[in-house]
Amino acid sequence: MRGALGLHGLRKAFGGVAAVRELTLDVRPGEFLTLLGPSGCGKTTLLRLIAGLETPDAGRVVISGRDLTDAPPHRRPVNTVFQQYALFPHRTVAGNVAFGLEMAGVPRGEIAARVEAALDQVRLDGLGGRPVDQLSGGQRQRVALARALVLDPDVLLLDEPLAALDLKLRQQMRIELKNLQERLRRTFVLVTHDQDEALIMSDRLAVMSHGRLEQVGTPDEVYERPRTRFVADFLGVRNLLPATVVSAGGGRVSLRTRGGAPLVALDDGGWPREGEVWVGLRPETLRLSADGAPAGALRGTVEDEVYLGDRTEWIVRVGEEALTVSQPARGSAPVRRGDTVAVAVAPEAVLRLRDDEPGA
Amino acid sequence: MKARGQALVLLAPLAAALLALFVLPQLLMLEASLGRRSAYGLVIHDWSALNYLRALDPLYVRVLLRSLGLAVVTTALCLALGYPMAYWLARRVPRRRRSALVVLVILPFWTSFLVRMYAWVFLLRTEGLLNTALAAVGLPALNLLYNDVAVVIGQVYGELPFMVLPLYASLEKLDRTLLEAAADLGAAPRRALWRVTLPLTRAGIVAGSLLVFIPSLGAYLAPDLLGGARTVTIGTLIQSQLVVARDIPFGAALSFVLTLVVVALLVAFRRPLRSTWSA
Repeated sequence: MRGALGLHGLRKAFGGVAAVRELTLDVRPGEFLTLLGPSGCGKTTLLRLIAGLETPDAGRVVISGRDLTDAPPHRRPVNTVFQQYALFPHRTVAGNVAFGLEMAGVPRGEIAARVEAALDQVRLDGLGGRPVDQLSGGQRQRVALARALVLDPDVLLLDEPLAALDLKLRQQMRIELKNLQERLRRTFVLVTHDQDEALIMSDRLAVMSHGRLEQVGTPDEVYERPRTRFVADFLGVRNLLPATVVSAGGGRVSLRTRGGAPLVALDDGGWPREGEVWVGLRPETLRLSADGAPAGALRGTVEDEVYLGDRTEWIVRVGEEALTVSQPARGSAPVRRGDTVAVAVAPEAVLRLRDDEPGA
Repeated sequence: MKARGQALVLLAPLAAALLALFVLPQLLMLEASLGRRSAYGLVIHDWSALNYLRALDPLYVRVLLRSLGLAVVTTALCLALGYPMAYWLARRVPRRRRSALVVLVILPFWTSFLVRMYAWVFLLRTEGLLNTALAAVGLPALNLLYNDVAVVIGQVYGELPFMVLPLYASLEKLDRTLLEAAADLGAAPRRALWRVTLPLTRAGIVAGSLLVFIPSLGAYLAPDLLGGARTVTIGTLIQSQLVVARDIPFGAALSFVLTLVVVALLVAFRRPLRSTWSA
């Protein structure tokens, strides 16, 4: 039960503006869960509700089997790595890490040993005596991590911990954080707006929008089967098209986009028999060819070409739709602006997307 | 070099004013303090350290210690009253209402210190407002005026803004997330106050305390008006030497001793003060 986190029907509004609406989520012990969403989606508020830094308007927060909804932050077995780290400027590195242990009344000799072990864990050994204002961004981030982890929290909360680091360090820290979590087997709840971060580190990710959960699942589930238009859009499904179901049967669903392009999708049971649906196509699942189009491919005209180093993106006009197609830079067809091309769509790559939640 | 030249130009007026109005008078005073009083209250310029030896007389040392004691009590009371007030202003009052309340803190400066001290005389004297109120509810009158209590009341009232303003400044810029971090790490609000808020506002505490302590130490008006004849402080002593006893050299020597005490204090507290200015 230790490390389990239950959020039941949480609601929080600030001055009449809802930040979190009726949110229910269970985090398993030892799980790395990421709250992913754009700024203003309520993910940081949710984290603060777990930490006790905000009080919910309704709902319960259950940590390690205990209902701690009304417990103040200092009585929760939860610690936070703050976005700007919030290190105490009047204390050294070791003093920062020792703070929580001092508050818990741990004997002095034990504090020294545990601080040292915690600094070791984040590879800051030997820097204990430094004032925190003499540290680099990456080192400050590690101090914040050590300061929280030294208390051995049931749940560790991380509020955009990598946002302030440069790209290279960020990429390195993603792996390091994930490894640390796997070694410690502690529950981590991380907040980020960076989908790569979420996909790389999480056991499960929860995509948030407008104070609600849009989808909760493993990274591959969410990436490959985005449930809603919002999730698909946020995770890089660039082609979002309204379409009508023309016919269904034999494991296939025939669709026609509003722009008039015919599509065939694999019928996995999630499709309606008729009516309007939203369809998503990832640019990298589409195949572009100059001529000799395979049967069933869409015909269109290249409107634009964007070279991105490892890949090239084409904007192809198909009837009324402008589709984005992405191909690896090497071995892709020699296609130029104005060319007539064929875009092949594999039936299993046609994603059925639900509409956003009402009120979103 | 250019920045240096600019600094010289910008600071020249102040430097000239300080030279003419502070350094020169101090030198003149130093010279006078080494002299001797003439029969007509003028200065005879034969240099000796006699006035300084006289200042070491237990009688005068006791006056200095008394003044130090009054200044310490004044500073402590200002801190005790000012910290909660500054805390409330900086951390509890909504931002848009703060500046109006800060104006209230400095509002007393619109009236001269002298007038405000006289106001206290009217409040505290035997037939004053306070005793009239006590009599109205059938309580005996209190001896509130012309004692040390009255001096401290007047000083605390007069110096309180000098304590509140630096405290307010340091509390206002204290990062709120540090207190959230303290709570998150297990500190109950009271412990966070002692372990995070107070240490991080130390610069404001030191600055405010010095701003109150230094003028309190040399205070003249409040002891003179509220303390009456029995309360001798270094301020009233210097005044009486210069004006009543017409002993300019000894008054100058006492003034110099006071200046040295203040300088010693500034040196002792230079480190926390430096962090006030760099933070």
